[in-house]
Parts: sequence; C-alpha cells; structure tokens
Amino acid sequence: MVRLPYLTALTTLFSYGLLFAFGQMRDFFRKILDLWKSKNLQGYAPICLGLEDFYTRRLYLRIQDCFNRPIASAPDAWIDVVERYSKDSNKTLHRTSKINKCLNLGSYNYLGFAAADEYCTPRVIESLKQYSPSTCSARVDGGTTKLHAELEEVVARFVRKPAAILFGMGYATNSAIIPALIGKGGLIISDSLNHNSIVNGARGSGATVRVFQHNSAAHLEEVLREQIAEGQPRTHRPWKKIIVIIEGIYSMEGELCKLPEIIAVCKKYKAYTYLDEAHSIGAIGKSGRGVCELLGVDTADMDIMMGTFTKSFGSCGGYIAASKEIIQHLKNTCPAHFYATSMSPPAAQQVISAIKVVLGEDGSNRGAQKLAQIRDNSNFFRSELHKMGFEVLGDNDSPVMPIMLYNPAKIPAFSRECLRRNLAVVTVAFPATPLLLARARICISASHTREDMIKALEVISKVGDLVGIKYFPVEPQKHLTDKIQKKLE
Amino acid sequence: MASSAMLVTTAALDWVSAAFDAPLARAVVFGIHIDGHLVVEMLLIAVILFQLSRKSYKHPKKPLTEKEIDDLCEEWVPEPLCPPISEEKQFHTPTLESAAAPHTIVNGKEVVNFASANYLGLIGHEKIINSCIGSLEKYGVGSCGPRAFYGTIDVHLDCEKKIANFLGTPDSIIYSYGISTIFSVIPAFCKKGDIIVADEGVHWGVQNGLYLSRSTVVYFKHNDMASLQSTLEKLTRGNKRAEKLRRYIVVEAVYQNSGQVAPLDEIIRLKEKYRFRVILDENHSFGVLGNSGRGLAEYYGVPIEKIDIITAGMGNSLATDGGFCTGSVRVVDHQRLSSSGYVFSASLPPYLATAAISAVDYLEENPSILATLKNNIALLRKGLSDVAGLEVSSSPQSPIVFLKLKKSRGSQDKDLQVLEKIVSRVLHEDSVFLVTSKRSTLDKCRLPVGIRIFVSAGHSESDILKAVDSLKRVAALELE
Ligand SMILES: Cc1ncc(COP(=O)(O)O)c(C=O)c1O
Ligand SMILES: Cc1ncc(COP(=O)(O)O)c(C=O)c1O
Repeated sequence: MVRLPYLTALTTLFSYGLLFAFGQMRDFFRKILDLWKSKNLQGYAPICLGLEDFYTRRLYLRIQDCFNRPIASAPDAWIDVVERYSKDSNKTLHRTSKINKCLNLGSYNYLGFAAADEYCTPRVIESLKQYSPSTCSARVDGGTTKLHAELEEVVARFVRKPAAILFGMGYATNSAIIPALIGKGGLIISDSLNHNSIVNGARGSGATVRVFQHNSAAHLEEVLREQIAEGQPRTHRPWKKIIVIIEGIYSMEGELCKLPEIIAVCKKYKAYTYLDEAHSIGAIGKSGRGVCELLGVDTADMDIMMGTFTKSFGSCGGYIAASKEIIQHLKNTCPAHFYATSMSPPAAQQVISAIKVVLGEDGSNRGAQKLAQIRDNSNFFRSELHKMGFEVLGDNDSPVMPIMLYNPAKIPAFSRECLRRNLAVVTVAFPATPLLLARARICISASHTREDMIKALEVISKVGDLVGIKYFPVEPQKHLTDKIQKKLE
Repeated sequence: MASSAMLVTTAALDWVSAAFDAPLARAVVFGIHIDGHLVVEMLLIAVILFQLSRKSYKHPKKPLTEKEIDDLCEEWVPEPLCPPISEEKQFHTPTLESAAAPHTIVNGKEVVNFASANYLGLIGHEKIINSCIGSLEKYGVGSCGPRAFYGTIDVHLDCEKKIANFLGTPDSIIYSYGISTIFSVIPAFCKKGDIIVADEGVHWGVQNGLYLSRSTVVYFKHNDMASLQSTLEKLTRGNKRAEKLRRYIVVEAVYQNSGQVAPLDEIIRLKEKYRFRVILDENHSFGVLGNSGRGLAEYYGVPIEKIDIITAGMGNSLATDGGFCTGSVRVVDHQRLSSSGYVFSASLPPYLATAAISAVDYLEENPSILATLKNNIALLRKGLSDVAGLEVSSSPQSPIVFLKLKKSRGSQDKDLQVLEKIVSRVLHEDSVFLVTSKRSTLDKCRLPVGIRIFVSAGHSESDILKAVDSLKRVAALELE
C-alpha cells in the first residue's frame, strides 16, 4: 500500500492549491471578458457547467501532451511516437510527420502479441479474407460465425470453466453482464478500486452497491455480516443474492487480488464471486491461466470469470466464463448479446491463435518462453526499481508496476524527460487515481529483451534523480551499473 | 389509550387554570391580564421548549450480538445466480460458415442473408479487405491500450478526421464498440438534475445511457411530434428552474425497434422553440439516408450544426466495428476526458479504423450504391405489401423493413413465437435468412415485435423476390 509521507502530502496539496487558485483567477477574468462578447446561446444552459470541466481546462490542458500520444506502429516493444507541437500553449496539439522511436513501457502487450506474429498473423489474415472485418449483426441474429463458436470453446477450456460467451469489447462485457445477473433487491459488494466498467455495470443493474476496502478480506467479511444481518434498506427483507466483484490484477496498483482469503469469506457467507481478469489472464500463472492458477485457487470456486482480449492476447473484446446454465441464461438475456455487433471475426481468430500459442498447441514452446520471459522481466524490473529507491507498488510476478510521483509538477516532468530519452511511459493522475497519488505506470512485456530492460532502467534512474522521485534510500553498494555489467557478461 | 390520556390532561389543565383564575383574577401586569389561561399557556410553551431541546426519541437500539449475526448469516439462503431456463425462451441462432455477405453459408447451404445491417454491401469488398490486410501487417490486431496510453494510432486520428470531413462537422471521436458509444455519450453530457426528453421506442443502448445519466427522463409517444411538443411544453411552461438546467431531446434517426424515421425538421423546430439540445443516434441512417449517405440531416436538408450531438455505430453501413460521435469541437473534446466508454477502454483495433476510412472513401466515390439500396428497399416493400397476416410498419426510406403481425397474439412473447416459427421455416425451406426483433428481458421497449429485414445494396433483384415469395408462402401457411 501507499505510504504517503507527510511532507510530500503537504507539497502536493500546496501545488494543487496553487493551480486551483490560478485557475479560478483565470476563470474570473475570462468571465469578465466574456461579458462583452455577444451571447448567442441565450436560453441554453452551458454544455459543461462551471466546475465540471475546470480540471480539464485549467489543469489537464497544461500537460495534455503527456497523454494521447499518437503512435504510427504496432504497440510492440518499440514504437514510433508521432511528434506533436502546439501553437497555443498546449490547448490544441497538432501532429507532425516526424516520429520518434521509443521503447514502449506503456502498452498492455503482456505476451507480445501486439505486433505481427509468425503463427497468429497469417491465420488472422486468412480469417479476414474469409469472414471480412465485421458481421454487421448481433450475436443472437446473424452475428455468430464458426470462429465465434470455436473461440467460446477455446476460452472455456483455457480458463477451466464449462462454458463461455464473447463480446466485442471488454468494457461492455462488464457493463452489460452485471445487469443481467442481478437487479433490484440484490447486493453488489465491490472492491473500492474496481475498474470503471464494473462501477457502471453495477450502477446500471439497479442493485444496491456497497464497497469494501481494497483487497481486504477482513473488511469484506465485516460488510457481508452487516449487510446480511440488516437486509435490504428500509424493508429489511433478506437480500435476494450477493455478488462480490474483484479483479485479478488491479491495473492502477499492480497488486494481485488476495484471492484465497476473499474466496474463503465469500464461501462462508454464500456470496457469489465475480472475478475480472482483464489484466491477469494470459499474463500470470504457470500456463498463463491467470490469478487463479498463480494463487492456487480452484476455478470451480469462482462463479463468474470475466476477462478481456485487449491485453495479453493483443486483440479486442471480452468474455465471461461460467457454468453452462449461467452462460445459457446470459445468451437469453444479456443486451450486448442481443443488440451489439458481434466481435470482429479476425480479432476472434487472433485470440484463438494466441491461446494456442500459449498452450503450446501450435507445436512450439514459444508460449512457455513468453510466459517465462514476462515473469523474469517483471521481477527483474521491479527489484531493480526497488533498489534504486523508487516507491513501487504492487506484488511480485505482476507485470504492472506503478512508480509514485505525487506532486502534479512531476507528472509532466517525468513523462517528458523520459520521452526525450526515447522511453515511452504512462503517467496517471486524477481522475484515474486519487488526487494526491499521481503515478507513472510501467507495463512489462514478454517482447522486451534484457537490453531493453536495462536501457529503460538507466533512463528511469536518471530521470528519477532529475525529478526527485526516489523517495526511499538507494540500496547501498549494489550500484545498478555494476550489476548490469555482471549481467551482460 | 390516547383519548383517555387526553381527557386526563385536559381535566388537569382545567383544574390548574381554575386554581389560578381565582386569586389572580384581577392582576394586571404591563396592561396584560394575568389569568389562568395565560399561565397554562406559558406552562405549555415551557414544556414544548423543554421537549424540543431534548434529543429526538429513538428506539432503544441494542446492537445484534455476534451470535445473532452468525445465526442470521447461517440462515440466509441466496437465490440462484440465474433462474432456471425455460426451453421456449431459448433462441436457436444459426452459425455462419462464411462472411455475413448478402449470400452466406448456413449448415453447408448457401442462403440469402437479410440478417446483417450490411446496407452498402461492403462485407467481402476486396478493396476494403486489402486495406485491412495492410493495416494488420503494420499495426497488429489490437491496440493494447486505451487512447490516452499509447492506444492512439495514427489511423484513429485519420478516421476521426475522415468522418468529420464527410459529415461536415468540426470534429469527431471514435469509440471501440458501437453500442458503447451512445451509453457513454449520454452520461458524459447529462447529469443528475438535467432534463431529457426521449422517445419511448429507443433501443437498449440509449435506455442504458439514460439510466446511467441519472437525469430526469420523460418519454414521449413513439415518433409522435404532437406528443413531443406537449411534453416539451409541459416541462418548460412557467418552469423558471428548467431554464438553468441542461435540456436534451434524445431520438434515433431510424428506430432499430420499429424502422420509423424521425421527422428531423419538426424536431429541430421544436428544439429551437423550447431551447433543447438534440442527441441523435444515427446507427441505421449514417451512410444510408440522403443523396450522398450523410444521414438524416442531409435527407431533410437541415444544416448539420443544428444537431448538437450525433452518434452512430460503424458496424452497420460501414461494415466494420466501433462507433463515433460528432459535433462541435467543444462537444468532442469534452468526451475525451469525460466519456467512460472512451477513456476506460482499449481503443478500436487499427484495422477496423482503416476499414472505416476505406468504407467512407468507397461511399464518396460511388454514391450510386445508395440508389441501388433505395431501389431494393422499394422493391421489397412493394412485394411485401400484401403478405397474409403481416404488414410493413417501417418508413419508406428505412433500410430496416419491419414486418409486424396484423393481429397481435396478446403478448410480445407469443407474437415472437409465431414470428420465430415463420422465420425458421423460411430459412430451412427456402434458404432465406431473416430475423425477428428479439428482445432482451432488460429492454424496456414495449413497441410491437416483428420480423426485421435488413436490406443491402448487395442484394440482387432475384434475392429480394425470393425473400418476398418465401415470406408470402410461409405466412399464408402459418397465419391463416
Ligand atoms: C469556456 C472557456 N474557458 C476557458 C477558456 C480559456 O481561457 P484562458 O485563455 O484564460 O486560459 C476559454 C477560451 O476560449 C473558454 O472559452
Ligand atoms: C479491470 C478491467 N476490466 C475491464 C476493462 C475494459 O476492457 P476493454 O479495454 O477491453 O474495454 C479494463 C481495461 O482497462 C480493465 O482494466
């Protein structure tokens, strides 16, 4: 967990206070100036009310060049970042034709399937020729091709559940499935750091939503006991059902779910479990089967297993894996199955092929190598960052590692300085994280070589010194360079 | 109980007032007679003040003991996660063995496909497939990240520019999934307290967006402008507060649930009169309506700036996937940080963006396919004008030809069963693939169900006649 030092908290708050004050001042003068402008929208309330987009206008725009950086290549280990310029102090950015080849520490390309792959790409192109990019129809109508049927089988087998159902987007998987499973009179208990798609799905379901402290089985138990004892608000009828929603790897924290403890609590209190493996499926576990395999939890204990194909498998879409009855129920009720265009067939083929590679069914051991590579890369990178004195969140084996920045000024500084040294990193700030806990986030890939890792560490160390984010003491003696020398020999 | 207590109190008060009345009968202080009444009233006020100053009465709350909670938890039995499945509610969906083009293969047999909203017949188009192959080789399949974090590929920006240029709007923004477009756009602009007036026939994506926005939603009768006007009038007349709120009208251009086309000219007149903004979902009209396929605004000759927010899926006429939203720069930029389906989801696979660009290119170069589509629609409607027991209820321009039962069987489920039977026979006996308008149980739309026929420019005259003949034959057998 984050240990926010007192002094850092103070300086961070002060920085935001300053930005806020200046923003307010500029808004004030803007208002006075606008009095003279003609008002052609008489009678309409403004499309964004005063403070709603204050953050965007006055804070985000100053550093927007750190986000949405266009690239002109596959999101592989090295990417071509397109240079942009601004003529109005960052309010609008324009693309140039210049590109900057950078080492990519930002994409969720955990297994390195983002770029053309010797096994997958020919098959994807074949499927594209056979099925075209789209079916223009929903799954329940004319949107089910043989590839969809095959992928459902492959996924079910891969995650070790009896059946599965597909959707064309991970976000919509969560937001359309949850309402089909639970409604009024039901209770959803959600981890406090769950992804926005889960939050929206829970909200859309009409069920009551309660939150438990991030990854705390003890607090979950407390909430469960309290809620079961009290029942529904006002009427005190017993809850119809309770679903506990958790994630495999929390993408902003890099933490693994404390699955065994949480499952034990859920079992004890007869709550159903819903596990979102967006970031963990394919990326962790001995054979890439995700957090259950890594932590030794039987998938039979999990009622609903959700995951996405946008990360490890380098495709698009999402799945739900569960018992045959539940999948059949979803196929009879889930709105995304009825109304959304089915997953693009070539993208389905990409996932089928990628899973075959991971399982070694392509007749090579590339899958096992990829899995070993990402584990090694992640653990090496994490331990080196720790040694340099960075405050790195998350658990071992997790390929996601946030480096805490805190102060708002350090966000663009870190990002721009890294980019200047040809390192593409992701910085995350409010609203994706709490205001005070801005961070940079590294996503490791199996396609990174050891040389890539070492180059990245050198740059990050240098920029870390420059920006002042080595909040912990540097581990004495073992200087990185010595170690690197040894490793390279 | 209460009344006897009242009696006792009244008696006591009477006694007190009488007791005071006697000795103080003539006392006057500062010109006020001090009599029994006054004393009693003072007394009462004092009691009231005393009572008010006390904490409000609460049940003596004894928290449950651990043992009691244990028992409650022990006793609690949850419902199963899904209800038992009844056989008749299951839909049997055919599996396609080739592309969902106007002719496709089901169960090893070639069938004519009227189930795909492939309006321009672009599925299987060689040029588009070749552009996708180029894109796949350069960019891979997925984008492996949301737009903010290196998930913005140059083709996304090109695609956004292409669509904006095509429609003549300042800017546009693409989403990675058609249905997520509208349910993210509505909550990005409408918040708690805002007013939305929506058509009662909108599809589930819109319904979900309306629900997630938490705004005050008022529905008007399906595609009924008199009902829209009276709703707007009711909401705004004499309501000063409404002026300070954001107000939106949410409509679809061609309703997925009925094939009706919204009368945009009338909607624009009303919106300007009552000062509402319009959110228009062009799922089934973009690339279809208007002389060059620019959608409903072109069809009605309305300047596109008059529509504040336009959304559409690209999984229909453009034969790719994803969706877009277009409007002023302000509208588009606001979404880039505030629209959840855009911010929190991986971006559209680049080859699908390339396919969209190629599709728009193709449409710009070959506007004549729209004439073919129009002819096909007209031909089908003409053929279906006298089918036993069924009637065409969609608008003449709609690429979705909607056939509903002349006589409902009493409920949506029963109607659907009848229609499913027809559709299934048409597929198995005559190799024509049609679909009914199946509804998810979460869908709140109550419009009649029907057979939805998606016409494509890729259908030949004989395809259409085949469908007409088959429907006529089977409907006559099933419905008479
Ligand atoms: C609504 C609104 N807010 C803020 C700004 C930017 O203001 P400033 O130039 O003071 O940063 C503008 C500029 O056009 C604006 O229209
Ligand atoms: C936990 C979680 N669930 C769902 C999603 C959404 O997946 P997609 O990007 O495929 O829409 C994400 C994506 O970031 C995620 O982190």
